[in-house]
Amino acid sequence: MYSQGLTDAKGGDEPAELLAEFQAKIDREEKIEPRDWMPEAYRKTLIRQMSQHAHSEIVGQLPEGNWVTRAPSLKRKMILLAKIQDEAGHGLYIYSATETLGVTRDQLNDELLTGKAKYSSIFNYPTLSWADIGAVGWLVDGAAIMNQVPLCRTSYGPYSRSMIRICKEESFHQRQGYEIMTVLARGSKEQKDMAQRALNRFWWPSLMMFGPSDKDSKHSEQSMKWKIKRFTNDELRQKFIDATVPQAEHLGLTVPDPELKWNEQTGHYDHGEIDWNEFVNVIKGNGPCNKERMQARIKAHEEGAWVREAAQQYHANKKSEAA
Amino acid sequence: MSEMKLYEVFIRAKSGLNHRHVGSLHASDAEMALMNARDVYTRRKEGVSIWVVESCHITASNPEHEHEWFDPAEDKVYRHPTFYPLDKEVENM
Repeated sequence: MYSQGLTDAKGGDEPAELLAEFQAKIDREEKIEPRDWMPEAYRKTLIRQMSQHAHSEIVGQLPEGNWVTRAPSLKRKMILLAKIQDEAGHGLYIYSATETLGVTRDQLNDELLTGKAKYSSIFNYPTLSWADIGAVGWLVDGAAIMNQVPLCRTSYGPYSRSMIRICKEESFHQRQGYEIMTVLARGSKEQKDMAQRALNRFWWPSLMMFGPSDKDSKHSEQSMKWKIKRFTNDELRQKFIDATVPQAEHLGLTVPDPELKWNEQTGHYDHGEIDWNEFVNVIKGNGPCNKERMQARIKAHEEGAWVREAAQQYHANKKSEAA
Repeated sequence: MSEMKLYEVFIRAKSGLNHRHVGSLHASDAEMALMNARDVYTRRKEGVSIWVVESCHITASNPEHEHEWFDPAEDKVYRHPTFYPLDKEVENM
């Protein structure tokens, strides 16, 4: 009757009136749904962004998984497991939404496992201490929420709906992270030092999560026009800094940026320059854990093969029993 | 005349919203179900998109087993943000 993904559409020679009507629809704040006509470049941009987002949820389980067996109490362990379960679910929601654009799950999976697709640079950093789990929840999930809240209003319907669901679930992630930091910051000197070191490690990589600076961001302008994005990378980063610095101060922790200063005039914090070389380097695959993360994903995929085969076999057996 | 097939009808009220189940109807095939659904369920412009699914293709949980089916989620209060108290100064997190 129809194909869900208009995979035969080609970019470049799209009728001007269709393009104009598409943009008008976006400008009227109407959502684009899977069957609607859309420019091929819009589809491609979404597939790239959404699959990166889904991959990040999946790979994001790994740094957290590192502490499941060593969480300091049963309560903390159960919370961490619940959080990791959520990440898997979030990956699933976004993969499903991406499939409405005409790609298959297998394709997306392949792209991740062959290194063709990217995921968030942050997950290539190690979680060295228990406090890092606190910092990940507070800062990494905090930055993710800052990014995801405006994505609830993104122009593509399925992406928007998955974001609404995710944001609702995610709100516990950041709070549990901050609570871990609170307990440590108010504990012994060693615990407070551990919290401070975790903040030192995760502050700058968290700021990098918002992507390149606006002046270097090659996708930003078009994505803003299509209302896939609602704020630029730098705007979101600034919002995050403004929200987070008082939270650090409240715990008596110091943000590791000597140039950080409240600016009365702008009503924002001024901050030091991000080390973009580090960012580019991690994206290119040379971060502290890139190889380890990919190996873990590939291993999990290969070792899980028998589960997929068993499921297929079970289905085949049931069918032949019924026949 | 043999019994018509039963279809479940889902309507998207406007773009951006989920399709929601609105009811069911009988039809001889999917195409007729779609037309019938339009005439029965969207006479007052209730929607911009319709899905019909043959009812026999829906696998549903058993209401009699509701409790044991959903009880794994019952004792996991820590999945909710309110489980983590925040000081007043930072409560807007």
